[in-house]
Amino acid sequence: MLFGKGVSAGIVIGTGKIKRKTIYEITTRSITNIDEEIEKINQALLKSKTQLKKIYAKTKAEIGENEAEIFNAHLAMLNDQVYIDGIIEIVTQEKTNAENAVDLVTNKYMDLFNKMDDPYLKERAIDLNDVSMRLIKNIMGVESSDFSNLTEDIIILADDLTPSDTAQLDKKHVIGFITEEGGKTSHTAIMARTLEIPAVVAISDLLTHVKDNDTIIMDGESGRVYINPDSQTQEIYSEKRCMFLKQKEMFKRYVNLNTKTKDDKTFELASNIGTLSDLDLAIENGSEGIGLFRTELFYLDKTSLPTEEEQFEIYKKIAVKMEQKPVVIRTLDIGGDKEIPYLNIPKEMNPFLGFRAIRFCLERQDVFRTQLRALLRASAYGNIKIMFPMISSMHELLDAKKIIEEIEHDLDKEKILFNRNIEVGMMIEIPSAAIMSDQFAKEVDFFSIGTNDLIQYTVAVDRGNTMISNLYTEFNPAVLRLINTVIKNAHHEGIWVGMCGEAASNSKLLPLLIAMGLDEFSMNSSMIPQIRCAINNMTYHETKELLNVLDLSNSNDIIKILDEFSKK
Amino acid sequence: MIKESMTLINETGLHARPANLFVTTAQKFKSTIVIEKDATKINGKSMIELLTLGLTKGTSIVISVDGEDEKEAIQELSSLVNSGFGE
Repeated sequence: MLFGKGVSAGIVIGTGKIKRKTIYEITTRSITNIDEEIEKINQALLKSKTQLKKIYAKTKAEIGENEAEIFNAHLAMLNDQVYIDGIIEIVTQEKTNAENAVDLVTNKYMDLFNKMDDPYLKERAIDLNDVSMRLIKNIMGVESSDFSNLTEDIIILADDLTPSDTAQLDKKHVIGFITEEGGKTSHTAIMARTLEIPAVVAISDLLTHVKDNDTIIMDGESGRVYINPDSQTQEIYSEKRCMFLKQKEMFKRYVNLNTKTKDDKTFELASNIGTLSDLDLAIENGSEGIGLFRTELFYLDKTSLPTEEEQFEIYKKIAVKMEQKPVVIRTLDIGGDKEIPYLNIPKEMNPFLGFRAIRFCLERQDVFRTQLRALLRASAYGNIKIMFPMISSMHELLDAKKIIEEIEHDLDKEKILFNRNIEVGMMIEIPSAAIMSDQFAKEVDFFSIGTNDLIQYTVAVDRGNTMISNLYTEFNPAVLRLINTVIKNAHHEGIWVGMCGEAASNSKLLPLLIAMGLDEFSMNSSMIPQIRCAINNMTYHETKELLNVLDLSNSNDIIKILDEFSKK
Repeated sequence: MIKESMTLINETGLHARPANLFVTTAQKFKSTIVIEKDATKINGKSMIELLTLGLTKGTSIVISVDGEDEKEAIQELSSLVNSGFGE
């Protein structure tokens, strides 16, 4: 038995396949035609950048934006003119072949990175290595060992998986990951959890113990891995696997049920989506609506602004596919750290507090109006609701609503159909909006609380900064009070409130949100059956006692009470 | 040529976001921009080279700028560093 770190739960028994790093040999050759060699580099650069953009989009759609960010970092490295010039200079001066030049320049930097003790820089060294390998492979025309089209289920055995590797795996047939390197927050671990595939990492000599087609048992919780186990072990683990699947299966039973507590209070469980492909997952998991369609992905995938017609087609498709279920579409949330090259938004010192989302849209009304027109036209085909992001002040909301009215007027004149009663709502993700929610509630049809940003802005904590990650918690009492206030204010004006941040699928927080009376929970579709199972086994009026935690001043005390409640 | 030494005051040092900001600012100028830490010198217009310096809070660096727009360049870069990259 081998023992590693279990980083993604689940038990599987299956056939192991070794994924080794692509082996290629970089030779040193003298060249005569320098131009031809430089052209090779330029072609490979182009190809690499295209690949990275694709992987970025694929990862973002299949896994998530944060997980995709790493490929942007790779792109930034390929856009480093000094790095590229250095490579071309070596080719020119030493009359050597392109791949050798890339290797020489990269090694120079790798040596520098590796001298540092900083874990952050070690990660950058991995990035640079990944990028340079991609470039070299593209120069040499080497294809990577291909796991993108599998015919049978396999457990992947690898020394390490780079983000580029995992992005290209055929996720339908990969049933487990075991790697020599990595930790709980490593790329493989995060991705495996998102995809709900069991994973064990940090088995340092894994590849010396296994061969292709070995039978493997792995437990993604305890970190145990058995290679060609005896029949008794197989039996024990088959049973364990059954138990695990039963639980999963139990959640599955909730796919087609209504979301309703034991005392008959109903809630809505909806999906966050970014692409059309996410839509199938929403339907498979019994989603009762789309609580958040992030439209920016669609803009990011393009090289110029999507036209009204292109947008209309997408919105219409979603509306039609969801039948009459609600589809909340958020208008462009771009700018700041989410960069769209062709929009030429200037870089900022403080992107999270900067020129972004609704602030950008009210300034660039050409972009905004195109999107709103497409949305209104699509509203004739289903239950579309429009939501504005990053509203911090009343005048922004009123200005945005006025633009909708103007467009409605135009559409009337042009005799184009749209839903005259379309609901218009706003995100509550800025404390000023949460505090003024009694006023905002008079002007909109719904709220959706974006907890990720709301926590970040309320507690003044950058959620990406690991030094202060202990401060970033949805159990912060100030955040919980704000959420409660928003829900109360909304209900006072008779409008509904949803939540579309990570907190909406946090099972520990769930009973408190139920007690507060949150109407809609929007999350990754894969979480829906599990959360529905939890809600349907809850009694609404019993959760009410939890509202007392709003008097507590310490998040740990709050967590303790919620823990005790869920044990009951 | 203008030389100026300064100390990084922002909490994260020169990690991805500030490094990117520094490099894009440097690239606006025609002058050559060299950053020196201890005995190591790197090209201030290269993201990768800048990252290799492993600049953290409290590190002292010397920026040397040479070229027709050196005055403007040093002014903008030093105010960027001295403002802690707006963090």
